[in-house]
Amino acid sequence: MHELEIAVAILVATLRAATPLVLAGFGELIAERSGVLNLGVEGMMLMGASVGFIGTVATGSPIIGLLLAMLAGAALAMVFGVLTLSLMANQVATGLALTIFGVGFSALVGVKWIGIPLEGIATDIWPSLSSSSPIVQQLMLLDPIVWLAVLVPFLIHRFIYRTRAGLVLRAVGESHDVAHALGYSVLKIRYLAVAFGGAMSGLAGAYLSLAYTPMWSENMVAGRGWIALALVVFSTWKPAWLALGSLLFGFVTIAQFQAEALGLALSPHLLAMLPYLATIVVLVLISRDATRLKLNAPAALGRPFHATA
Amino acid sequence: MNASALPPRLRLTGIVKRYAATLANDGVSLSIAPGEIHALLGENGAGKSTLVKIIYGVARPDAGTIEWEGKEINIPDPNAARRLGVGMVFQHFSLFESLTVAENIALGLGATESIADLTTRIAAVARRYGLAVEPGRHVHHLSVGERQRVEIVRCLLQSPRLLIMDEPTSVLTPQEAEGLFDVLRRLAAEGCSVLYISHKLEEIKALCEHATVLRAGRVVGECDPRIASEQQMAEMMIGGALPVAHRSAPLHEGKPCLQVSKLTLASDEPFGTTLRDISLQLRDGQILGIAGVAGNGQKELLAALAGERRAPQADSVLVCGTPAGHLGPTARRRLGLSFIPEERLGRGAIAEFPLSENGLLTAYPHGFVRAGLIRYGAVNKYAAGIIKRFAVKASGIDARGSSLSGGNMQKFIVGREIGTNPRVLLAAHPTWGVDIGAAIAIRQALMDLAAAGSGVLVVSEDLAELFEISDFIAVLSGGRLSAPKPARETTVEEVGLLMGGRMAAEGAAHAL
Amino acid sequence: MRYRLEARARPAQAMVWLSPVLAAALSVIGISVLFAVLGRNPVQALDVLFIQPLETLDGLAELALKATPLLLCAIGIAIGCRAEVWNIGAEGQFTVGAIAGGGVALTFGGHDYWWLQPAMLLAGIGGGMAWAAIPALLKTKFNAHEILTTLMLTYVAIQLLGYVVHGPWKDPEGYSFPQTKQFAPDAMLPMLIDETRLHIGAMFALASVPLAALLLGRSMMGFRIRTVGAAPAAARYAGFSRNTVVWVCLLLSGGLAGLAGIFEVAGPDGQLTPVISPGYGFAAIIVAFLGRLNPFGILFSSLLMALLYLGGEGLQVSMQLPIAVTGTIQGMLLFFLLAADVFINYRVRRVPARAARALTHA
Repeated sequence: MHELEIAVAILVATLRAATPLVLAGFGELIAERSGVLNLGVEGMMLMGASVGFIGTVATGSPIIGLLLAMLAGAALAMVFGVLTLSLMANQVATGLALTIFGVGFSALVGVKWIGIPLEGIATDIWPSLSSSSPIVQQLMLLDPIVWLAVLVPFLIHRFIYRTRAGLVLRAVGESHDVAHALGYSVLKIRYLAVAFGGAMSGLAGAYLSLAYTPMWSENMVAGRGWIALALVVFSTWKPAWLALGSLLFGFVTIAQFQAEALGLALSPHLLAMLPYLATIVVLVLISRDATRLKLNAPAALGRPFHATA
Repeated sequence: MNASALPPRLRLTGIVKRYAATLANDGVSLSIAPGEIHALLGENGAGKSTLVKIIYGVARPDAGTIEWEGKEINIPDPNAARRLGVGMVFQHFSLFESLTVAENIALGLGATESIADLTTRIAAVARRYGLAVEPGRHVHHLSVGERQRVEIVRCLLQSPRLLIMDEPTSVLTPQEAEGLFDVLRRLAAEGCSVLYISHKLEEIKALCEHATVLRAGRVVGECDPRIASEQQMAEMMIGGALPVAHRSAPLHEGKPCLQVSKLTLASDEPFGTTLRDISLQLRDGQILGIAGVAGNGQKELLAALAGERRAPQADSVLVCGTPAGHLGPTARRRLGLSFIPEERLGRGAIAEFPLSENGLLTAYPHGFVRAGLIRYGAVNKYAAGIIKRFAVKASGIDARGSSLSGGNMQKFIVGREIGTNPRVLLAAHPTWGVDIGAAIAIRQALMDLAAAGSGVLVVSEDLAELFEISDFIAVLSGGRLSAPKPARETTVEEVGLLMGGRMAAEGAAHAL
Repeated sequence: MRYRLEARARPAQAMVWLSPVLAAALSVIGISVLFAVLGRNPVQALDVLFIQPLETLDGLAELALKATPLLLCAIGIAIGCRAEVWNIGAEGQFTVGAIAGGGVALTFGGHDYWWLQPAMLLAGIGGGMAWAAIPALLKTKFNAHEILTTLMLTYVAIQLLGYVVHGPWKDPEGYSFPQTKQFAPDAMLPMLIDETRLHIGAMFALASVPLAALLLGRSMMGFRIRTVGAAPAAARYAGFSRNTVVWVCLLLSGGLAGLAGIFEVAGPDGQLTPVISPGYGFAAIIVAFLGRLNPFGILFSSLLMALLYLGGEGLQVSMQLPIAVTGTIQGMLLFFLLAADVFINYRVRRVPARAARALTHA
């Protein structure tokens, strides 16, 4: 019985840790499938985290907080869109700028809200079950956003491979010139994809500040945006692999939790290195086969588009 | 059918289109009758592609009117063009590599029918016109000829009334081109008009009933190509007498300067061609032409000869007698090898760099660097010398690569590669996309280099060019190289069959 | 009337240098709006931010002190960017340089060894280089993208610093604060100006400017670096090894960042603490772009960025504004710069309403 409890606890903790990676990762997957490399995921997640937290505390409604967070992420993504799509700025530099700005601006916006406690979303939903068995209590930690994150890979897989809009998205990411010549509005499609990526990042950030921790502190995303970016590369732009990679990383992120369960006394600083080191290892494993990456990457990824007409 | 009684399928009047400082189209007018095959002739930069973009709704004219079957209309985007019944086969195919044939066609149709229904329709049209396509295959697996068939099928599915073909045969073997002409004639007989863009005059004579000639954005003449001579049409295109290149007598029995023996090399590109058992010998004073359809190993062969790809054995490539298979580009240059690559900006030259540094790019092993520092005085002198010798039109040695026209950039690159006095020169598509004047100057430079005793290897898709300048011709097909034959002892037909993948032993005899 | 971007026939050289000025001007407007929104008097805030720090000798010395790490890191980043090698992990290399140099100071300090300080600087450089060698190896051997690896290693480096100051190197008499012992006096860098904190590191930073300019502008290695960045296919064609360039760029920028790191702890700080940099390694990315990836330009932009840090501290003290204002302004500055840069290669063209109308009516 005890082992089952531990297994459930690890599963729940893994799913919870994987949720922000799934949300942000699939948002970025859509943006990259359209041919846009937005390195600002970390910044957009931070904006989502602070705005979502403030919105929830101020209005008392997590729904409003989440919507505001998605809006904030999408708004920041639109800044990126204007710079890279309309003004054709370098996507790498602009993505970095987005992250630098997001780190600073989220800290500025959230400065008065540090240390304010908030009840997690999960306990908001199921207050009456608080006296049940340990396993049920564990499962109650799975809030609606986690369930959404479980659904997202299936929805996006279906969208990309089974719908006409998904086909057009893939086409634009493959060659904007051809898509343009055939009469598709490359910029409109890319703006939509980038905005979607921003909203998903905002949601992922808000999940951290509203459900995972739940509280707001400066720079609390702690590199998860970058890990999500690495996972998209790891997945070779395929939804199934992205979902799998996120789970794997959720598992690594809670290493400290597992170490305690196993009775290991390692420095928390060394354990905290694990997700970052794991990201490097995974990246190395996938990048070794350059041909495979080249084959699967959206061919127009990162390249600016300027219609000459 | 009496075509003159009907209003023209398409009539353009006074079309003007300006890009930045250049007038791409300056009052262009032309008219195409129903069922007519109409040629649009002109050099690179004459304004052909701009005009086609306007007809297909990709670009919008700054002035002028478009009439479709007697009614004045406006074509805001390609979807509108397709609704009218305009179909287009692009020169650089508008296909998505990672998608299937059926998905590509679905994207081009803008319709919402299921892929399954579409597949049936594709099969029907393909059967009717004798165009073999497989809807389920991914485009990146297809040869260029197959890709073109996909584009044509895509157009035919929309029952076009005007089909635009942009340089359709530049990637086909002569036999494949004949097959294409049959399809076009059949379409025309069914009443579809064809606007045929090409610079290959012999094809236009064989296929078209009417020709409009563009130069510098203006219509400079019209003719019936069945009557006008190739010479007349060429002179209309360039606006003057056609210059001719002269070949001095080749040196015979020179020493071998480039030898390749049994070279087999897998491509490092996802869909590249593996080189199989390539052997060749180039002697001083010779020009060896290598024909073939793009994608049959040309890029791979040149990379292996220039040193960008190393061979597994050092002695599978000998440069001036020295084993060089294991050497990189710089070491091979030191042995006397030079290379004019296919792509100009981005490979042969750098758009953002001044011409002086573009000269340094490959000339640096020849005494332009001392103690790790660049001798800019010598570099500037070298670039100025090239500009002068090859009459490169540029504002000076500080002009950026991007500021030169394609032809002038190519003249500069040719000058840079010849300027180091190579024993062996590799040239990939040396006159592709350059104007006739520059093309002749470049061919002359290659022939002069051979006359002075160097070996020249030219890879080209332009058979007329290869027959004009080469002493020997070999064909690259599927990564295999046929045995070189003296240019005078072979024919375009024979080379064409080899290009189509039939090796001499099995094919030539019964096919001819 | 519609407006449209149109490619210029050639890049406008004047815009290359006008663009940062335009970006700075737009940022001042943006900052004023930001202050107004935060309920502060914009004029007063701008005075605190940009003028007051420059009014005293001490202020100027602090400016040079803060510009030192920014300049060193940015020069390295810029050399990399010229080759399209994106080292965004200067913060991590800075940190490891500080740990390595600090380790030498803690181990050998207090014995008046003549070689102590050179050894510390070399250890700093070596630490930064070693940290940058990992992404170089991963890129050249395994094709792993340096943006992600350098960044991940920054997080690892920060945890490593946390580990040493909380663990093995923690000062036993530090009242359980996570910090090392104070460095011995012989491990502290000599000062340039008495009564200020400006140390000799500033001279090294200044010297890096002409050296980098020589490397990029006159040397064959610089030409290789620029070619690999501008046209990788041309570099392959010319026979320039991309791997060599990747190694040179990453080792150089890692070494410079590591040097900046040891300067920071052996200059003003004198010990290792969990936070030794207010994000210099990241801000240096902005510095590099603002200085147009040109060493002399970077000299100016590093001073501007140092002023932002200094002014930001002033705002915190005198106007009770959070220090996060600095980061916001940094991001804003980079946004405006990227936006203004579009005019280097494009110009705005007005599409006359007449032409558009004529077409639709036709």
